[in-house]
Amino acid sequence: MNKKKEVLISVILIAALLGILRILELNIKPTSQWAMLLTVLKKGSIYALVAVSMNLLNGFTGLFSLGQAGFMMIGAYTFGVLTIPPADREMVYMYYDGGIIKFAVPVVVGLLAAGAMAALFAFLIGLPVLRLKSDYLAIATLGFAEIMRALFQWDTLGPLTNGSNMIRNYPTFKTILFPFIVSGVCIAVIVLLINSTYGRAFKAIRDDEIAAEAMGINLAHHKRIAFTVSSFFAGVSGALLAMFQTNVQAKSFNSAMTYEILLIVVIGGIGSVTGSVISSFLFIASSEWLLRFLDEQHKIGDFTVPLLRSGFRKVVFAVIIMVIVLFFRQGIMGTREFSIGRLLERFGGKKKNGTEGGGKLQ
Amino acid sequence: MKENVLKVENVTMQFGGVIAVDNMNIVVNEKEIVSLIGPNGAGKTTAFNVITGVYAPTNGAVYFRGEKIVENYPQGKMKKLYKGENNGKYTHSIAPTPDKITKLGIARTFQNIRLWKSQTVFENILIAEHLRRTSNLFTATFRLNMEEERNMREEADRLLEILELSDVRDELATSLPYGKQRRLEIARAMATKPSLLLLDEPAAGMNPQETDELTAFIGRIRDDFGLTIFMIEHHMDLVMEISDRIYVLDFGKPIAEGIPEEIQNNPRVIEAYLGGAVDE
Ligand SMILES: Nc1ncnc2c1ncn2[C@@H]1O[C@H](COP(=O)(O)OP(=O)(O)O)[C@@H](O)[C@H]1O
Ligand SMILES: [Mg+2]
Repeated sequence: MNKKKEVLISVILIAALLGILRILELNIKPTSQWAMLLTVLKKGSIYALVAVSMNLLNGFTGLFSLGQAGFMMIGAYTFGVLTIPPADREMVYMYYDGGIIKFAVPVVVGLLAAGAMAALFAFLIGLPVLRLKSDYLAIATLGFAEIMRALFQWDTLGPLTNGSNMIRNYPTFKTILFPFIVSGVCIAVIVLLINSTYGRAFKAIRDDEIAAEAMGINLAHHKRIAFTVSSFFAGVSGALLAMFQTNVQAKSFNSAMTYEILLIVVIGGIGSVTGSVISSFLFIASSEWLLRFLDEQHKIGDFTVPLLRSGFRKVVFAVIIMVIVLFFRQGIMGTREFSIGRLLERFGGKKKNGTEGGGKLQ
Repeated sequence: MKENVLKVENVTMQFGGVIAVDNMNIVVNEKEIVSLIGPNGAGKTTAFNVITGVYAPTNGAVYFRGEKIVENYPQGKMKKLYKGENNGKYTHSIAPTPDKITKLGIARTFQNIRLWKSQTVFENILIAEHLRRTSNLFTATFRLNMEEERNMREEADRLLEILELSDVRDELATSLPYGKQRRLEIARAMATKPSLLLLDEPAAGMNPQETDELTAFIGRIRDDFGLTIFMIEHHMDLVMEISDRIYVLDFGKPIAEGIPEEIQNNPRVIEAYLGGAVDE
């Protein structure tokens, strides 16, 4: 399979995907039972981005960080706060005299600012935090996310963050193509990074930090890059989530959200980008749609099915994560990658001997 | 006079109350192969770790080509604990991280092989060229460094060719037989373009035939690449055959230094080391 052909086929497939999405969107009415499909696809694409950004850190650089929800929140707020039209600010910031920001930036600038703000925070806490070894790093980043969540709800910062009130009335997306294109471009950039000389250095750090340092790789510098870049994209995905939800509140970006993202990464395969993407859609589809029935009471005749009640879904997820960690640590993809080239080879009947599934990114 | 490539000066490394390296003085000259021998636990690996910046010494200094690259003196808790010599002689603390020292031109291998296990042979070499990049994060991500990337790959392939590892280029590093893994680790160190190579027990776990091959290999890279080699080794055949000079370490202290014949006939060495410990 030559490279040019593979690129061409990929472009055609991407165009086809976007076309199908657009057709679905135009044909599914909001009242139809299939409307949920669009919701799942939108949210899935957003979670795909944050899952891949977490994988960059946890899977490719070997840094076990649990700050993802915190950086998403920073991105979501940055986007919301900067893009609310000035005319609406009086109403949104009703308890804070219309807030202190009196301007609005375009959506694209808002998205970039969301990433940049998350990256800035990561850059600043990176130096002290990244010195910590695995478990301590996880605790420190989780703690950071919790502190930020409390801080954003602090009344004194109200003129900026609207305290514990919602941020709303900022632009949202008009078409499903928007989150797909933004997420897709961002994930493509992450893949380019992973395959660059810096990405190779990240993998060296993951595999053996002592050897990496002995071969001239500055650990502090490279870990900080991975952390900052990962947080940038978590921030962008936070902004997308804000657009998707149409309003933002700090309290929803809790540690449970980080665990959801972690679950997606683990299910997809730690160290597999395509695994994270596939598993995001699977996860969102099951949690928003397929497994909803677990949270509702069901009656078969006079018989009430036991256990099914609000919150049971969470129990099922907890069991799933335990089963995966115990028995399927590789996840769906392991560290392999899904590739069009290999798929075509498979269908074309040209079996390559022995190299099956050897992903490009590992 | 030949130039000193490496000078270890009054280096003492004390862990808690244990002195692992005791007032070590070692000189390695240009293009020499110098061996460091001594029983297990004598402090050989620790000496390497001090030279390469893994540990800052408790006291003493290290020079590379006349330039002081490491210096330290007992500080903090060590002020009271320090039991070594030359206390007060050193007053500065220079403690670069290992990557800085590698960038100066000192590369090493490890006693317990440390290859990047999920990477292929080729990638292991390629990653070791990262330290010479001129690209930054942006240019590397967006492939504005195509030429440099191509050069890195060509160079990695050339090195594999020269060091006779091309046949296993795309295999996982850890799937290689033991002897080849050791050779790959040397090749990886060479990819950083060092002028001083530190080898920590390169023949450990090798059979006699592999050891012979390695002996030839080390001699060859010294000649072909104009390297200076400082090596820890237990295989006496190898040490006696290729060393220009040998240092013998016992309980952290160098107890003898000389050319192979002198070391072989030194009564203190025979008593401390060659007599009992060598079991090949
Ligand atoms: N990080 C460390 N902390 C405490 N003691 C150490 C450390 N590293 C080495 N040592 C001790 O230093 C001594 C020398 O070890 P080492 O340099 O590995 O010996 P060799 O390489 O000559 O076999 C040993 O007693 C070892 O236990
Ligand atoms: Mg040792």
